[in-house]
Amino acid sequence: MDNVLLCMEEIEKSFPGVDALKKCRFELKAGEVHALVGENGAGKSTLMKIFAGIYSKDGGRILYKDEEVNIPNPHTAQQMGISMVHQELNLMPHLTAAQNIFIGREPFRGFKFILDENALNEKAQKIFDMMHLKLDPRAKVATLSVAKQQMVEIAKALSFNSNVLILDEPSAALTEVEINELFRIIRQLRDKGVGIIYITHRLEELKEISDRVTVLRDGLYVDTVLTEKATIDHIIKLMVGRVIYESSPEIPEHPSDEIVLEVKNLIRGKELKNISFKLKKGEVLGFAGLVGAGRTEAARAIFGADPFESGEVIVKGKKVHIKGPSDAVAHDIGYLSEDRKRYGLCLGLDVETNIALTIINKLTGFLGWVKNTKIHSIAKDIVDKLSIRTPSLTQKVKNLSGGNQQKLVVGKWLAKNTDILIFDEPTRGIDVGAKQEIYSLLNELAQQGKSIIMISSELPEILRMSHRVVVMCEGRVTGELDNKEITQEGVMQLATQRNG
Amino acid sequence: MKTGISPTGKRKSSDTFQRLMAFGALIIIFVGFSFASPYFFTFNNVVGILISTAVNGLLALGVTFVIISGGIDLSVGTVMTLSSIMCGVFVTYWNLPIPLGILAGILTGGLAGFVNGLMISKMKLPPFIATLGMLNVARGLSLVISDLQPIYFALDKNFNDIAMGSVLGSVIPGFDIPNGVLIMFASAIVAGLILTKTIIGRYCFAIGSNEEAVRLSGVNIVIWKTAVYTVGGLFVGIAGIIIAARLNSAQPALGLGYELDAIAAAVIGGTSMSGGEGTILGTIIGAFIISTLTNGLRIMSVPQEWQIVVTGLIIISAVYLDILRRKKQ
Repeated sequence: MDNVLLCMEEIEKSFPGVDALKKCRFELKAGEVHALVGENGAGKSTLMKIFAGIYSKDGGRILYKDEEVNIPNPHTAQQMGISMVHQELNLMPHLTAAQNIFIGREPFRGFKFILDENALNEKAQKIFDMMHLKLDPRAKVATLSVAKQQMVEIAKALSFNSNVLILDEPSAALTEVEINELFRIIRQLRDKGVGIIYITHRLEELKEISDRVTVLRDGLYVDTVLTEKATIDHIIKLMVGRVIYESSPEIPEHPSDEIVLEVKNLIRGKELKNISFKLKKGEVLGFAGLVGAGRTEAARAIFGADPFESGEVIVKGKKVHIKGPSDAVAHDIGYLSEDRKRYGLCLGLDVETNIALTIINKLTGFLGWVKNTKIHSIAKDIVDKLSIRTPSLTQKVKNLSGGNQQKLVVGKWLAKNTDILIFDEPTRGIDVGAKQEIYSLLNELAQQGKSIIMISSELPEILRMSHRVVVMCEGRVTGELDNKEITQEGVMQLATQRNG
Repeated sequence: MKTGISPTGKRKSSDTFQRLMAFGALIIIFVGFSFASPYFFTFNNVVGILISTAVNGLLALGVTFVIISGGIDLSVGTVMTLSSIMCGVFVTYWNLPIPLGILAGILTGGLAGFVNGLMISKMKLPPFIATLGMLNVARGLSLVISDLQPIYFALDKNFNDIAMGSVLGSVIPGFDIPNGVLIMFASAIVAGLILTKTIIGRYCFAIGSNEEAVRLSGVNIVIWKTAVYTVGGLFVGIAGIIIAARLNSAQPALGLGYELDAIAAAVIGGTSMSGGEGTILGTIIGAFIISTLTNGLRIMSVPQEWQIVVTGLIIISAVYLDILRRKKQ
């Protein structure tokens, strides 16, 4: 056992409705940089959060420095010499960099309660010097760029003089130069014997910084390879290689060539970099990519939910100016958001009110009196058409199952006869049985001539449903795949293709 | 982006700018009224403004701590009354020495703050609700303990001197600044030191800035949030002593509504309702803006009802100007 710092075995973890980790394992040696890769939802962050004391494991063992340990909270992890830098920054924006780094460990001046601000700043400066980082310890974090903020988080992790450093997607917001600095610091630590776990989606970084790579898939441990001996292609195969047990129904006949929606050169700062694509009538256009690729941002921009800086949206041949969702809806575009409970439904209201939400203003009479009977009949029609299982039309929506709630959101747009539908993660949080129903529904809609953009992070879903696939990576469209070209590897390669 | 020092080290603080703006507003109001009426800028009137700011200023100090930590304290008004009642109980009912009564009053405020803090941090009650509950409890207790009667302090005990006597005046003849004013300023200095130089102040800002990040950093939120509310409560207790001294009695029916002026002062002075930002100096200036306006308008014979309207407009404009200032950055 040469210098094994950490050994996680048979780790099990479930959250309500989803098994995040199953018999997962991971091993880390001192003085190594060990990369952890996998698709969205593979379980990388979850596994590390268990190690860092943020989540508790449901089963399995953790051996740290050859002893079995229990890590109930982040504080214990810190005491044990384990630090984690998260994807989402955990900083206090109103405090300075130095204050953030040493929160909870402030140096005092003689009298127990009085803070020694000078000592605090000096300690922070020492760390920044070691990192060759040009940063004023007295700068308020809110004034720093995201990259600098990330550096503050890293400095904080370093200040614990840990034996293990976990970095969760640290290079996401950094430029080339900053990444090089980060790598230099990582190598420095590795040479000192620190064990570093590096979670990343950027496969091209693996060769540069890692010694070994562990691949997770669907919460399971797949394999660990030596970086020098492995190829990126092989690693991608490990990440996605799964047998699809569900039989794919035949993708319905080739859609017409009529273009109903064209987006040209959509730009918004760093999130949307020149997005262009076309949507054909009766087509299911898959939008693939990793979390953060910018797909939801693009959808929301097209729908008018968020503004964009420049670009054109052309609906059915006419250029349109969409300043808000009401414009988009007027042009026959509907958007079904990822978080249906928050953005798609009024949970406390009943089925028929939710269905009628898009058309209720047309169903009123004198002085705004609502025509309840009309709403009732339209809602009944839709509930029947979509086979929505509900005891009655006046049932509160929050009592429906996830699958039926999702169908309800679709029903809302059908009531308005919307032609262009953007589905964002349509089967998230829905069980297998209901998923099939949603897929059938989507196919039916496409056959009826509706045009669908389907944003999804589940590769099997993308493969199964899409006539064509647009792949995005970090705000850019990296490629388009047509019917036969759509393979898991093909999509994954485009999804991880970072431009310099 | 916003406030603080830029990464290269140059002081680019618009915190200071904002405080200057508040101070500037105060000066303008002062100068304006001086020109508007000859009775305004007289020694006696200015002293009147000072003493009328004392109680609200102290309450505002307490509430500033709480708001910076991301919470709110609606009970400051009635807890102040309860503190004054407890002081009265000690001194008048139980005939104990005045210093003990003062201690009792201040600790009553601290205790109420402690309970507020526990309700909010341990029982996870929303601050609005917890302190609303405390507001009523304190109000009721004041009435119960005092049996609905004011508690008078015996004249020969000279309790009134604590607020209205002038230690300064006996040292420097003619300079009769009431003690209550000095106590308020001294408390403000202490509050400022606690907020900026001690660990309680640091955690106050941190929790208000991003409570979850503080929790994940291993800090015990229950202990420190409770500490913040307790410290705030102590200042409320001091306010209770001062108002009792001013009136030479503990009035159980008073207090309700005082919390609004306290919060107004903090907000006008730049304390952000979303937490993480605020200064003691700003709060004091805010308190003075309110009392100066009230006083000036009264001297100009503007009916009291209109003074209240003006206070409301000041709160709205102060916060709106702050929103505009942030947008510009």
